[in-house]
Formats: sequence, C-alpha cells, structure tokens
Amino acid sequence: MRKGIIFNIQRYSLHDGPGIRTTIFFKGCPLSCWWCQNPESINPHAEVMRQPERCLGCSSCLDACPEGAVRIGEAGPVIERSLCSLCLKCTLVCPADALEAVGREYTTQELVKEALKDRFIFDNSGGGVSFSGGEPLMQPEFLQEVLMTLKKEDVHTVIDTSGCAPWTVLEQLAAHTDLFLYDLKLIDDLESRKYTGISSRLAVDNLKKLTERGLPVKVRMPVIPSITDHYVNIDAMVKVLKECGLGKLELIPYHNYGTAKYSKLDLEYRPGTLEMPASEELSKIKGRFEKQGIKIINEDD
Amino acid sequence: MHEEIRGMNERVKKLRSQSENTEPSITAERAVLLTEAYRSYEGKVSTPMLRALSFKHLMESKTICINEDELIVGERGTGPQATPTYPELCCHTLEDLDVINNRKTISFRVNEKVKKTQEERIIPYWQGRSMRDKIFKRMSQEWLDCYEAGLFTEFMEQRAPGHTVAGDKIYQKGMSDLKAEIEAHLTTLDYTNDPEAITKSEELQAMGICADALITFAGRHAEKARELAEAETDPRRKTELEQIAAVCDHVPASPPRSFWEALQYYWFVHLGVVTELNTWDAFCPGRLDQHLAPFYYSGLKDGTLKRDRAKELLECFWVKFNNQPAPPKVGITLQESGTYTDFANINLGGVRPDGSDGVNDLSYLLLEVIDEMRLLQPSTNVQVSKKSPDLFLKKAGEVIRKGWGQPSVFNVEAVISELLAQGKSLVDARCGGTSGCVETGAFGKESYILTGYFNLVKILEITLNGGEDPKNGKMLGLNTGNPEQFKSFDQLLEAFEKQLRYFTDIKIAGNQVIEKLYAEEMPAPFLSLIIDDCIENAKDYNAGGARYNTNYIQGVGIGTITDSLSALKKHIFEEKNISWPELLDLLHHNFHGKEERRQFLINRTPHYGNDDDYADSIMQDVFKCFHRSVNGRRTVRGGTYRINMLPTTCHVYFGSVIGATPDGRLAGMPLSEGISPSQGVDLNGPTAVIKSASKMDHLLTGGTLLNMKFTPPVLAGNKGLESLASLIRSYFVLDGHHIQFNVIDAETLRKAQRNPEDHRGLIVRVAGYSDYFNNLSEQLQNEIITRTEHSNF
Repeated sequence: MRKGIIFNIQRYSLHDGPGIRTTIFFKGCPLSCWWCQNPESINPHAEVMRQPERCLGCSSCLDACPEGAVRIGEAGPVIERSLCSLCLKCTLVCPADALEAVGREYTTQELVKEALKDRFIFDNSGGGVSFSGGEPLMQPEFLQEVLMTLKKEDVHTVIDTSGCAPWTVLEQLAAHTDLFLYDLKLIDDLESRKYTGISSRLAVDNLKKLTERGLPVKVRMPVIPSITDHYVNIDAMVKVLKECGLGKLELIPYHNYGTAKYSKLDLEYRPGTLEMPASEELSKIKGRFEKQGIKIINEDD
Repeated sequence: MHEEIRGMNERVKKLRSQSENTEPSITAERAVLLTEAYRSYEGKVSTPMLRALSFKHLMESKTICINEDELIVGERGTGPQATPTYPELCCHTLEDLDVINNRKTISFRVNEKVKKTQEERIIPYWQGRSMRDKIFKRMSQEWLDCYEAGLFTEFMEQRAPGHTVAGDKIYQKGMSDLKAEIEAHLTTLDYTNDPEAITKSEELQAMGICADALITFAGRHAEKARELAEAETDPRRKTELEQIAAVCDHVPASPPRSFWEALQYYWFVHLGVVTELNTWDAFCPGRLDQHLAPFYYSGLKDGTLKRDRAKELLECFWVKFNNQPAPPKVGITLQESGTYTDFANINLGGVRPDGSDGVNDLSYLLLEVIDEMRLLQPSTNVQVSKKSPDLFLKKAGEVIRKGWGQPSVFNVEAVISELLAQGKSLVDARCGGTSGCVETGAFGKESYILTGYFNLVKILEITLNGGEDPKNGKMLGLNTGNPEQFKSFDQLLEAFEKQLRYFTDIKIAGNQVIEKLYAEEMPAPFLSLIIDDCIENAKDYNAGGARYNTNYIQGVGIGTITDSLSALKKHIFEEKNISWPELLDLLHHNFHGKEERRQFLINRTPHYGNDDDYADSIMQDVFKCFHRSVNGRRTVRGGTYRINMLPTTCHVYFGSVIGATPDGRLAGMPLSEGISPSQGVDLNGPTAVIKSASKMDHLLTGGTLLNMKFTPPVLAGNKGLESLASLIRSYFVLDGHHIQFNVIDAETLRKAQRNPEDHRGLIVRVAGYSDYFNNLSEQLQNEIITRTEHSNF
C-alpha cells in the first residue's frame, strides 16, 4: 500500500467541482506562485507552522527541540528555520498547538476512509472527492491508488491541477478520474517563470493533449490583480483555449484569506499587499473574454 | 438596524409596528377576575366546575380590545403586550413585581396600580395557596436540594402543563357542536354502575360551560365591533368592522365557512387556552397550511378570496401571536426559559393523513408571510419529507439564509417514526408534527408534557466527587466512592449511570406529586374541549383525558459531558498522562495557573462533533444511559416517560452551577447547547457535525435540537442554497430530527454586543427558537458568539 502526504482534508467543499465534496489537499507543489494562499502546500514535507497568539510561554518546545531551533520571543515561539530538521517534536509537546504540524502521512486506506466519511452527502448532492494541493500530480502513484479505490466505490473524483507534470502522469491518471479542474495562470513563458517559478509550456501542452483526447477538463483562471489580469494574458489565454477547442472558462478572483500564513511559516509574501479584485474589474475581464467567444461560467454551471 | 421595506401593506405595517414598539406590561385584570370567581365559587362547586365558572367569568368580563385597523381580533390581556398573571399558579410577591419591572432583559412594566391591586386583592387570597407554593411544600428534601443545586428544573412550578397543539377538529366543529357532543355523552352516563359517573359528569358539564363561555366572548367582540362601526366615519373601516362582527357572530359557535372565519376561530380558541391557564409553550395551530387549505381554495374558487387578501389576513393573524409575550417568569424558570417567546411553532409542509405530500400553495404563501413579518412570534418550521418538492426546501432555504433564525427544519419521516415507536396510530402520527422548540407530538390528540431539564454534566461532576456537590460539599448523590478506585472507564460509566438513575428517581417522584396536584386541583376544561379524546373519556386534559399522554425529561449538555468523558478515558485510563489527583485538583481550582494543562486537555482530546468514533461512541453511551434511565416509566396520567434533547436557555443556567469540567471548560461557563457540539470544538465542517449528531438514535427520542452557525458566504448563490438543501436532506437520511441555522458572523455579533442600539432588529437563533440578540443575557450572547462558524473559501 502506498503512502502520501496530505496537509488538509476539507469536507463540505462547494468550490472544487460539482455538488458537495471532500477536498483533499496534497502537500508539495512544483510552482511557487507569488499570490499562493496555501503557502503550506509548497514544501513536500511536513513542517511546523507557528500560531504565536496561542503560546502560553510554557517552554516545553525548547526542551523538545533537538536542534535548538526554537526560542520563545516576545510574541510567542520563534523558529530558526535553517536549523529546523522537520522532526516535529515541538508540535507533539506544545499543549496549546502554538506550534502545529502541517502535513501528515496517510496510507491509501486511511485516506480513502476519511474521504468516504461524507459519502452520504456525495450521493445526495451529486458531489464526490476532489484532489487539490499543492499539486496532487506530484504524488502520482499514491493518487492513482486512491483514485482507483474510490472508483471501485463509485465515487465521483476531480483532480484540481496546474497541469505541471509529465504528460505520462496526466495520461495515466485520466483513466481513473472524472474531471480535471485545470488552473491556467499565465501564458507568457517569462511571466510564468517570474510569478509561478515554472515555465508555462508544460501546462499549455498538457492541456492541448487532454483536450485532443476528449478528456473532461474545466479550465479556471485565477484573477490576480496586476499579475494575471492584464489584457495580453487574457488574449493569450483566449488563444490557448480556442486551440484546445474550449469555449468556457471559470474565473477565480484572488482573495487574501491565507496571507497571514506566510509569517507563520516564516516565508516572505512577495506581492506585499494585493487587493481583492473589484467587481467592476471582474466584469471588464469577463467582457474581454466573452467578446472573443469565451463564455465565463460560474461554478453553478 | 434600519427597517427594510418588505411586502407588507400599510395596515400590516401599522399593526406590526404597534406590536413591536409596545412595551410589555403586566395587567392585573385576569388576576382580579379570577380571584372574584374563586371567592364566589370555591368550596361550593366541584373543582372542574370552579375552573369552568372562573373561565366563564373571565370570558364574560375581561376587557374587549379591537385594535385600529386589525382584522383578526382578541387579546389575552387588555391590549397588545399587556400580559395577565395567573395567581392560582404563581402568586407574585411585591418583590417579584419589582424584579419583573426592573430587570435588564425580559422585563414587564408594572405600574403602581397593579402593585397595589396585587398587594390588596391578590396576595391576601393566594399567598400560600398557589400551585407554586403547594408544589414546593410537597417536594421531598432530596428534591429540593437537587433543585437548588441545579440538577434539574421543574416546568410546572409556575406554569401549567400545556404543550399541546390544535388538530383539525375546530375547523369542522363549532363550539355548539362540541356542546351537543357533551350533552349526548352526559345522557349516556350510568350513575348506578359507573363509580366514576359523577366525576365524569362534573368534568363534562365544566367543558360545556367553557364552550358557551367562548361563544359569549366572541359575541362580546361582535358587539364591540358593531359599536365601533357605528361610530366609524371611514366607510372602508366601517364595513370591515361590520364584517368582523359577522365573523364573530358565526365562529366559534359554528364551524368556519371562510378563510377569515377559520383564522378568527383558531384565534378565539388560542385565547381561550392561554386565558384558562398559563400553559407553557402556549398553544399552536400546528399544521396551518393544511388546515386552511380547504378555505383558501374554496375562497379562490368562488371569488370571495384573493391571494393578497389571504396574505393580509395571515399577517394580521401573525401580529396577534406577537402581541402576547409569555407571561412573566421568575427564578429558575426564568433562567431555563429567558425569553418573551411563548413558543407557538407553526408547521408547514409535512404529509397529509393519507401519507401524500402535504406541501400546498399556502405553504409557499406562509413562507412569504414569515419572511415579510420577521417577528419572534409565532415561531415557524418546515416539515420536510422525502416527498416534499425541492422547491419547497429551497424556498425555505432562501428565508433561512437571510439569517434571522426561521424557519427551522424538521424531518417528517423521523417525526413519524418517533410517534409510531411510542405507539401512536399511523394516521395520528402523520397528522402530528413538532411544537415548542422541537418536541414531537400527535397534534390535537396528545398531552406531551416536558417536566424539566436534566443536567447531565452536573451528574458527572457529582460522580467525580463521590456523590458530593463540590460547590458546597453537600452530599447530593449516592456515595459511589473516590474516582481513583475506578479501574476502568467502564467502572466510571457505571458509577455515572447509578447516579443518573438516582437523580431520575428523585425527579420522577417529584413529578408524580405535581402531576397528581394538577389532575386534582387544576383541571383545564376548556383545553379539554379541544384535545381528543377528553370529551369521549369524560376526563380532563390534566388528568389523562387525551388520547395519548407522554411526559418528557430533557437532557442537557451532551456535548460537554461527552468531551469530558472522552478526556477522562483518553488521558486517565489510556494514555495515563494525567492522574486522578491532578485532574481533580485542576477542576477544583478551575485550572488556575494551569492553562497549559487546560489547553492540553482541550487540544489532545477527541471531541464530539468531528465525526470521530472515539468521542461519538461515548456520546452514544451517555445517550443510551439517559434513555434507559427514563424511558418507559409510567406517569400518573397513565402515560409513559420519554426523553428529548433540548435546552431552551437552560444550558447557560446549568453551566452556571457547575465547576470546571475535564474537557477544559471553565467553571460557570455555558454547557453545549441541544445536541450541538461544545462551542468551538467542531473543526471538521458541517457534514462532520451532522454525522456525529446522527450517531445518536434520534428515533428513540421525542425531539433533538441541532443548531449550526454559517457565515453568509457559505450559503450564497444557487450553489450555496442547493448545498444547504443537500445538507438538510442528508442529515434526514441519517434520521436526524431537526436542524436550524444561524447565518451570521461572529464579528457582527460582537459589534451588536458593543452597540446594542444600532442592532435593535438583530434576531438570532438561540436554541429551538429565535430571539432579539438584545433580549439575551450577556452569557447567552457570548455562548452564541463562541459557537463554531462554518465558513468555506
């Protein structure tokens, strides 16, 4: 039986595919998008997240850390990340969860058991299980085993992906899932490299291959003010969609609910401050897509 | 909060505003009239006759009030929000009246004249003779000690047994028809061979007097309407007043012929019930959409009624409920039920007697009425069956997501199964529903009495202290020994069950005395007219005359006790990372200076509400224990004891009498509410909550109460609404009994707490009812704020 590393299981998910779903977040991502609101998803290993406001100052973390990487600052625990060996011992002793482990290993069986807990509501709502992340395609063998088990249980599955994986991985997994939610961000290669840390080519090529084979794909575009929302990117996106024979797109407006997590992981939030897109902006973007024949859909469609 | 313009017309707006803006006050009129009647008749006639003649005197003499522009007439007091007292049940002292007048929430204005009347005419007659006085006099020392310690409450100590709902009988039979039935029954009594014949005859005659009295009461309204019409200069209102007079001439003497008459008839019956006695959970028309449907459709068909007119009449009817706050409560009864709401809870949808879908056009019209009126009273709920169209659930969801706590949602199949399991016939079960907060009943045919809340968590506290109440060292329970001697978690549970049984015995022994007192001294001949089969049995409602008789004890704090036991099981018995002496010391000192141990217990213990079998199986153990302890015992009226799981506001009071608990809850803090998880510990979302909750066998109860809090975005859009509907349906597939939602974020509530003046219209779901946020005690406000809010990004 295979094992994978998961950092969150969210039940009653309404935005990751049809119906009411359980979304399983895979840890590890080949991208490092500036605007990422799940920064804990990037590192493929379990790591420590600080919740300093919970700290009681009991110092049990200091005693537990074999590397001497933890100290108690004025505002709770501080981790010298360069010393941290990710042993997670501090998270085991902290009574208040001021140091929390993010990410844990699941066997296929364990994960499927969790995923099936809400089966009753999948049946009722036309929902199922979604795999998101991070990038679920970074753990392909594990994902495949989980998908195959869920298929046997007749559960609808969705893979939410950046498409940044070898084609063979997508091809292999396509046989076991019902739908890809495909997040296209930036088409220009240089921009993509700058803001996501990876070339756009793989994602675009893989999308073409998926659509050529008639596999079910829904494309989504994160609307990130001043990064993805400019007209050059929109027009390039239209071109790609048309080449793929796709006429619909879902927009995912940027939100900043996860920004606070950066400091908890001692990571830098590169955009500084980003406003959530105003509804007038969104309708302008929508207008530009629709004028060029791409229908903007919402998740209800 | 600014007043939104909804669909109400000018008349309704005016009546609604009068209802909302009139300050609740006490009127001494009923107390005076009742005392006059008792002075004239007490000792000269049988008790049922005494009650009937008192009722007659009230109906003949109480002030007749017809408010400007209203269409449905009649008030319980002398006018809107004027609230009578019931000295035969609870004779308020002058200090009580001061408290009632001055308290911060749920106050009633008491003027000097009322106080003077109370002092000179009411207290001298009733002091020491009210049911309240008699009850406390007759309770055992153990009972009194437990009551004082907050182990249980007592519903009948200042309110009469009520809790029943009208069936469809009144829409088919006038009071004259009921009177004829009584007369016919009287002629069949066999005075030679039936030793009960005299008792039966007294009771039947009493019912007959009450039937006539209600006709008289309506006639006085007709008369008053004609007087007003005479003087009225506006021709439109003049005609209306003449119509009101015609309606009141016809009902309740004869069965209603029109939609208007049907509503007015019910309203007279309602006033009769709540004037005869202060029955808690007032009274309720039950399945209003189904009862009114024939009048609605025939009115539309013959052109005498239009949809808008029906809506206007319904809205006028709605205001009448809101005009009647629950009569003032004092002491522990106020703490267990701190609200003006009198718990009429109208049912929509459901199934018809033949089992077919009961949703009709009126169900939808009533949803519009609920939404437009946004009044605390009457409460409303939708009865959802597998046959109910999705549209009905979605329309209800549209109202629910506006966030003011109505309507609540019930599972018809579960309600029917519960009733069948209690031995009701299939048709009676289908005609039943839920009332009060969440209580299952066979409408029109059952007396289902809640007798008191039961503090499950206090019993655990006493078990952990070898039978003593740690608050004062008093030995309240059985000596089950120092917990250190428990070798296993099962032994702890056994000791808990022993204590639970012991306290159940005390509670029920007290109940039997109280029940007998009411049966003998406080019959309700008017209510008996309405509920089957009191006439057929020639037996009073309070003496077991109804077709079905059930007594309930309501368990409170299932989340808190489960989490507490889960902590003990895991940390003392399994992981052994905390010892009994340390734990007891922590509890004894309210975790003082030991916050890290408290956080350890909170963060390292599996909690109920997360779909985690470790905790949920403990919940099942406690539930079964409680069920075994209560269920199936016999009542004085020949009924059966059952349990349900709801708190009203009692989880706050019960929490206030308990020290710190092993789940990390600090001393005095509220317990978990209904069958909802402890506040803030359910972290796996709403589906996990309903999975956990459904591991309780709801069908063994007469009602469970689950509240959930959502932030508004989760329910936004069509997807949000459809998902809400799916969540409800899925809970019901798992046999969940009831679910209700607060749709508001904690930040808004905190703002409202800081600036109450700006949030006067803010209504929230408390337990099985909604209330103005400003009407809640600060503790209860805080409790609602700390409930987990389910959000979704």
